[in-house]
Amino acid sequence: MIIGVPKEIYKDEKRVALVPRGIEALKKMGFEVLVESEAGIHADYGNPKYEEVGAEILTDTKELWSRSDIIAKVREPQPHEVDLLKSSGTIISFFWPAKNGELMEQLSEKKATVLAMDCIPRITRAQKMDALSSMANVAGYRAVVEAAHAFPHFFTGQVTAAGKIEPAKVLVIGGGVAGLAAVGAAKGLGAIVRAFDTRLAVREQVESLGGEFLELDFPTEDGEGGGGYAKTMSDDFLKAELKLFAKQAIDVDIIITTALIPGREAPKLITAGMVESMREGSVIVDLAAEQGGNCTLTKPNEAIVHHGVTIIGYTDLPSRMAALSSRLYSTAIVHLIDELGGAENYDINMEDDVIRGALVLNHGSVTWPPPKPRNPGPAYSVDTGKRPEAESPKVPAEEEPASTCIFTKIFKMILILVAAIGIIYVGTNVPESFLSHFIVFVLACFVGWQVIWNVKPALHTPLMSVTNAISGIIIIGGILQLSQPEINATVILGAAAVLLAAINVAGGFLVTNRMLAMFRR
Amino acid sequence: MPESLVTIFYIVAAVLFILSLGGLSNQETARRGNIFGMLGMLIALAAVTGSKDVTAYAILAVALFPAILIGATLARRVKMTEMPQLVAILHSFVGAAAVLVGLGLQLNPTSLDGLSPIEITIHEIEVYIGVCIGSITFTGSIIAFGKLHGLLSGKPLLIPARHALNLIVVGVTIWLGILFTGHSDNSMLYLLAAMVITGLLGIHLVMAIGGADMPVVVSMLNSYSGWAAAAAGFMLGNDLLIIVGALVGSSGLILSLIMCRGMNRSLISVILGGFGTGDGGSGAMQTPEGEVTSIDIAHTATLLNNAKSVIIVPGYGMAVAQAQHTIAKITKKLRDNNTQVIFAIHPVAGRLPGHMNVLLAEANIPYDIVMELDEINHTFPATDVVMVIGANDIVNPSALDDPNSPIAGMPVLEVWKSKDVIVMKRSMGTGYAGVGNPLFFNENTSMLFGDAGENVDAILAAL
Repeated sequence: MIIGVPKEIYKDEKRVALVPRGIEALKKMGFEVLVESEAGIHADYGNPKYEEVGAEILTDTKELWSRSDIIAKVREPQPHEVDLLKSSGTIISFFWPAKNGELMEQLSEKKATVLAMDCIPRITRAQKMDALSSMANVAGYRAVVEAAHAFPHFFTGQVTAAGKIEPAKVLVIGGGVAGLAAVGAAKGLGAIVRAFDTRLAVREQVESLGGEFLELDFPTEDGEGGGGYAKTMSDDFLKAELKLFAKQAIDVDIIITTALIPGREAPKLITAGMVESMREGSVIVDLAAEQGGNCTLTKPNEAIVHHGVTIIGYTDLPSRMAALSSRLYSTAIVHLIDELGGAENYDINMEDDVIRGALVLNHGSVTWPPPKPRNPGPAYSVDTGKRPEAESPKVPAEEEPASTCIFTKIFKMILILVAAIGIIYVGTNVPESFLSHFIVFVLACFVGWQVIWNVKPALHTPLMSVTNAISGIIIIGGILQLSQPEINATVILGAAAVLLAAINVAGGFLVTNRMLAMFRR
Repeated sequence: MPESLVTIFYIVAAVLFILSLGGLSNQETARRGNIFGMLGMLIALAAVTGSKDVTAYAILAVALFPAILIGATLARRVKMTEMPQLVAILHSFVGAAAVLVGLGLQLNPTSLDGLSPIEITIHEIEVYIGVCIGSITFTGSIIAFGKLHGLLSGKPLLIPARHALNLIVVGVTIWLGILFTGHSDNSMLYLLAAMVITGLLGIHLVMAIGGADMPVVVSMLNSYSGWAAAAAGFMLGNDLLIIVGALVGSSGLILSLIMCRGMNRSLISVILGGFGTGDGGSGAMQTPEGEVTSIDIAHTATLLNNAKSVIIVPGYGMAVAQAQHTIAKITKKLRDNNTQVIFAIHPVAGRLPGHMNVLLAEANIPYDIVMELDEINHTFPATDVVMVIGANDIVNPSALDDPNSPIAGMPVLEVWKSKDVIVMKRSMGTGYAGVGNPLFFNENTSMLFGDAGENVDAILAAL
């Protein structure tokens, strides 16, 4: 089978769907790969690098599209690209089926098969194919870098001979993959980072990255909307939220907004008034710009300055780090193709949750949206796409019925009583000679108990061999039986006991010595 | 030598023994502790040989010197991987010696001279208990030796109604004990019968316990051997024996408790044998499923080369494959490469408490990079690569997150929190507990199948 990698034609798109390393993997799976000349040039992957891994470089776009069984792309195909696709061909790319209905119809007429990278279900098994998360990660990082570029101060605080420099304060709204990446990056630059999310589960993750999680002065309402995405919140909640942002806007230097609700316009969280209340030189980076922006003033794909505040609405942040983004995207594609069975066992398996989820068109028939997954999948704590940290298991506490409690109590009482009677009985009937030994025995047990707990686990084996050796002290018992007036059974048994015990003594001590000599720093 | 001087020597010896055990609290003082132990033993032997009760020096010499020779040879020859067997067989010697001392005392016509009737009864009880415990220790340790040495199958032998059988044996033993102290002419016969029947009990008890529970069994037998020595001390009226017996007995008991904690199982359930019969959850256990990622030598070497920090988790599989020396070389290479390497030891890894530590020490791995479960568990999230060598249950996440798993609640090494996990294993088989391990299906887990010994050799070559 042949996989084709066309050059991205979307404006300013610098990424490429497959990097040489990915092509190497695909070749191992048995695919032939065609790459359009200079497809990866903006991502620092020139033609020679592709040739090196055995990809065929084509200058003719039409030839590439017509020869390829599978087209791997980053952006959804443009209408004229659809015309180039060969009949019953397959496209793997970001597709956004919800807003690309026309495109879908057009492809349907060509009996095309489309696998949308943005529709890969968020189940554990599919994490390695989750390109949305990896792109969001890049975008979050880049948002901080863009903000730092526009921000005329340090991020980190310093006390220098030339005076004290306050650290920058960064507010990150939305704690998804992008938001968390932004928190981490800003923290890494030394800023004071605050983050807000409607989903309470995010708190732990924000804090783990060194950010401070802001809380609303509002009765608890969790914004977890299934599948780890946020849901729309009530009006009162929204009001409280806006109040919080208004207060924060006066205080912070940089705001990075990442709030998105699937399938809706981005919520407007930063008003013009808030922008105006910010210090001059402040920066807002709006990652929701493509969906209308979280800030009312955001202009998609532009950086504007309003009242001295720079508002950045770039929608191509991953593309601005094309080399890295391409590599991550390429990995996801390769894994998806692997999931499809490679070249030999290539099969659109409708029983496979991952493939079924990503499948938008199957030989021209629309298969989107997919049915609800059979297994709801593990509860992602948030839309980071990561598995929740292993929470301490909630093993139900064993509830003992009250009757058992009373029973054990009575049982213990009886035990104590029996022990007391036993002690008194022994005390009155047993001769002194035995009791003096008994005292020694009990005390020795206690001494042993105290001493042994201090032994390091690493030395448990030497402990066993040394106790072996000293329990050979039973040799004394044997020796004491040897001296009889004549050689009788007792002497013979005693001698045998001496023999065995002496093996123990010698063997135990010497092997302990050998072992301990090995323990070195 | 006057009686009082002998007693003073006994006291000195007892103190030295206690210091000897105390010295094991850390590696620096451990060797000194062992020397204290030897010193104590020498003093005790000198004292008893010098006492007026002992005159048969020729017989003593004939029994003593060959034994010392045998012991020394054993100690020199034994391989470190064979330590569990050696410890087990040495336990059996103590048990046998206790039985012999008990029988000898019973046959000795002069042992009851000058005792009041109640003292005679007490003495008889002491002899009886000493012989019984000694017998259990003896046969139990022999079976443990057989299992550890591979002469017997490691699988638990579970005969039907075994608990009832054990109870009957205990009942019969008590009944024989009552007959024995009844001053009948057949008392020797009762004693021998009790010896045989408790010996069978020892066999049965250990046969019912599986391979990975061996650390507990060996430490329990260690404890028994101590109690047997203490019982011998009681029958002879010798305080030194009582002290040492009590020390050893409690030492073994503590080790058993530590091992049981390491598996989150009660001592009783381990002693009674048969895994997962009594405790364990009521609901259905989850069976892990998913795809397994396997990895080859070259990739493993690349992962290790690129890692900044590596944790190695050895298990019984490492001991079987004798892989510790090669692992030491890998460790050295990585450390020379400025990679941080740490070993994580689970309390019940191996077949003997502290078994892994001894093997790693043998391979010259510095003990300060060998960590225990509590010390290391929090560092996994910051670790790049974890190499699990021949271990399974001790790295099973279901112990923490599946309340229905038979090993639920057992403390485990949380290796899955690290960036990459490489598991070296023969096959996808389950561990001792027979529990599937979801770790193997994790996204960040790669399986390196095959013989651990050959694999580590290949990794060393590839590094």
